[in-house]
Amino acid sequence: MAVPPILSVTPSRALVDEKFQVLVENLPPGCPVTLRSLHRSEDEDDWEAYGHYVSDHRGVVSVSEDLSFGGMYTGKEPMGLLWSMRPVPGSRKGLRLRKINVCTPMLVNISVHSGHEGFRDRTPLASALAERWYMAPGVKRIDINKQGVQGTLFIPPGPGPFPALLDMWGGGAGLLEYRSALLASRGYVSFSLDYLRSEHLSADVEFKYFETAFNIIRNHPQVIPDRVGILGSSLGSMVAFNLTAYSTIIKVSPRCIVCISSNHYHPPGTTLKAGFKILSKYVLFVGRINCPMLLVNGCDDQNWPTVETAEEVARLLREGGKEHLLSRLAYPGAGHLIEPPFSPHFRATKFIILNSKEKVILLWGGHTKPHSDAQEDSWRKILSFLQLHLYHSPSVKANL
Amino acid sequence: MDRKQCCVKLSVQPSRGLMDEKFIVLVQNALPGSQLTIRALHQCEDGHSWEAFGHYTADTTGTIDVSEDPSIRGTYSGVEQMGLLWSLRPIPGSKPGLRMRKKNIQTPMEVTISVYQGHQTEGFADLVPLSGVVVERWYMAPGVRRIPVTEGGLTATLFLPSGPGPFPGLLDLWGGGGQLVEYRAALLASHGFASMAIDYLTSKFTMETGKMVDNQYFETAYRVLQQHPQVCGSKIAMIGLSFGTSMTLKMAIYSEVIKLSAAVCISGSHVQPVEGSVEEIMGFFQKNAGKTRFNEKNEAIWRDLLLPIPTDPSLKADVGRLQCPLLLVVGEDDQNWPAQESALDIKEMMARAGNSHLLTVLSYPNAGHLIEPPYTPHARSSTFKTVEIQEKVMCLWGGQTVEHSRAQEDAWKKILFFLRENLYGDRNPTLFSHL
Repeated sequence: MAVPPILSVTPSRALVDEKFQVLVENLPPGCPVTLRSLHRSEDEDDWEAYGHYVSDHRGVVSVSEDLSFGGMYTGKEPMGLLWSMRPVPGSRKGLRLRKINVCTPMLVNISVHSGHEGFRDRTPLASALAERWYMAPGVKRIDINKQGVQGTLFIPPGPGPFPALLDMWGGGAGLLEYRSALLASRGYVSFSLDYLRSEHLSADVEFKYFETAFNIIRNHPQVIPDRVGILGSSLGSMVAFNLTAYSTIIKVSPRCIVCISSNHYHPPGTTLKAGFKILSKYVLFVGRINCPMLLVNGCDDQNWPTVETAEEVARLLREGGKEHLLSRLAYPGAGHLIEPPFSPHFRATKFIILNSKEKVILLWGGHTKPHSDAQEDSWRKILSFLQLHLYHSPSVKANL
Repeated sequence: MDRKQCCVKLSVQPSRGLMDEKFIVLVQNALPGSQLTIRALHQCEDGHSWEAFGHYTADTTGTIDVSEDPSIRGTYSGVEQMGLLWSLRPIPGSKPGLRMRKKNIQTPMEVTISVYQGHQTEGFADLVPLSGVVVERWYMAPGVRRIPVTEGGLTATLFLPSGPGPFPGLLDLWGGGGQLVEYRAALLASHGFASMAIDYLTSKFTMETGKMVDNQYFETAYRVLQQHPQVCGSKIAMIGLSFGTSMTLKMAIYSEVIKLSAAVCISGSHVQPVEGSVEEIMGFFQKNAGKTRFNEKNEAIWRDLLLPIPTDPSLKADVGRLQCPLLLVVGEDDQNWPAQESALDIKEMMARAGNSHLLTVLSYPNAGHLIEPPYTPHARSSTFKTVEIQEKVMCLWGGQTVEHSRAQEDAWKKILFFLRENLYGDRNPTLFSHL
């Protein structure tokens, strides 16, 4: 029996935004092999990615150092085995990969197969299992149902108190916890707010709901009250933006805000009624924004006019003498769904429209490689922005 | 600078690691030049609390990097990336003679690492840290499978690496305390070896019959491993510590059944009645129990029981007949076994027989008897009960903490390299650079 090659993934247990090194040793020199990742989602769909490599004179393939010559990604891509994942051939259409249970890790099986063409027909030469976690050890997860507000709160380990974030996703999402879990793993009390899909809520959500949510965070014993920010994506970013613009009226004063893929026009089918009727007059309130803001969008966003929105916001702030508050990250080739790094890209997926309950395929946009680069780059910059404004003490706070 | 700092950030990377992996402890956003204490706290399975700490000064950017900055004083000093783990010791007021060993290796060792204002040395329980994180340290990598083995009357556990295999095999033996000790085998499986930890002194058979196992017990273990579909039957090695060394050498040299590709012997000796059974070898040591000495703390020193190294060949395993590579690991301050003297004699015997090209000796000044996988606390002495003596004794193992910890780290790397080279046949290995 011949002794097989050795495949290692380091670290074997990591947070989802951490890089890993995939190394194959003990191959024959100059040997063509395929590195493959395989993941079974919570919905029981199989996702995979693969790259074609050639071992060096020592019989080694290092995914961090070597180039892939084909497969789902090419070139030097240390994390290609994650971000280029797609449903395996024969899967249902329009799938999206999102973890609902954040208390367990995402399990990814990394394997090495001989040859390039037809590698799937051969048993792997070796494989290793990697765990990808949204929650660092010691992070606490707490269900919140308080004063009519619902959501999930994540608290970092340690005595605190900590800076905090109100975290809001967009339409069609239900309650997603993974970004808040990850933010808590990075040192922020993070509250993922449920404001659209709960059985107790409807689209008829008032400003008061968000104000209460913000105050619940602010008054939490482990939160530093004047270091609470808001982070929103898609519809959530619109909420974030408008909450801040109306802050003197509704007494929500975030220390900073991050808006990902935001829009200031009403997207069809996901209208928030009542309190948001006055949105059309929001232009006049841009002048009320007094905190640093980071706008992130993909230039190939096919879902919302986020490019136009970002430019409009920049113009309005400039006219109001508030341009120094704004930072913009605009990524060519990236689509609407800008998520934490190394997660797969979805150009179009199934979607259920909130009001009509109609099932459609929605085009989000973006092309995989630039979109994945945008996710990696933007996450690092978002964390750096949050660290500057929420962690650094006042005496060293710099202007944007 | 005494006023309480706000928002000091502490991070440990990786937050979930294997027991033998290094981590980076980073403090950020502290006041530049402030004095801080970084402390590790661990509650072991027995309920005892262990702590370690170092005193640091934040640099001009308000940062402390434990892998680059020196600890001025504490349970360790100097630049010690892993000092917070290997210098762990029972908190003041604990029972004497404790030793940290994990029994349940399917859960991680959890360590809380915190940073405190000022240079603190005691009373941590009454202080509120500025920041704290939890770190998990695992003996088992994801995907490693733990399989209890009872076939052929064995009391053993097999750990298989993840993947299809086949994998080289390893038989893992501990010493005179008996029990089924799994952690080293679990860790070795995490490095690609199908490892079987074997209880050969307190097995089910022995507990039920009162009799010690015979040579066939080890041969059965070898066969079970060899015949496993995911094990490469022609690539099996054996690793033994203390009394486990005696068994390893016995099997490597005299067994007709066991054909080893390599052997690792830690803190042991070749001195034993040749062709003696397990029971007879144990009895041989017991016969010399009168040579036990006690130090000023009344700790038992057993290293003289096998001294002087006999000249009578019937009292030494004939290492000249070894046909596989042998790695000997020796602590020069071993107070429990005469490992250093034995290693010298082994070297001589093999030189005379002409097979010394098979021998590698790793000898560590000021290291003691218990040379274990790295980054776990050093026990210079602890309460111990062998299967022969039914009462607990305070046993002196030896070693000075800093040098012993360095020895553990270095020896482990070299053991893995040795096993990799001999079992995977790697001519130009890329070392375990993440260790």
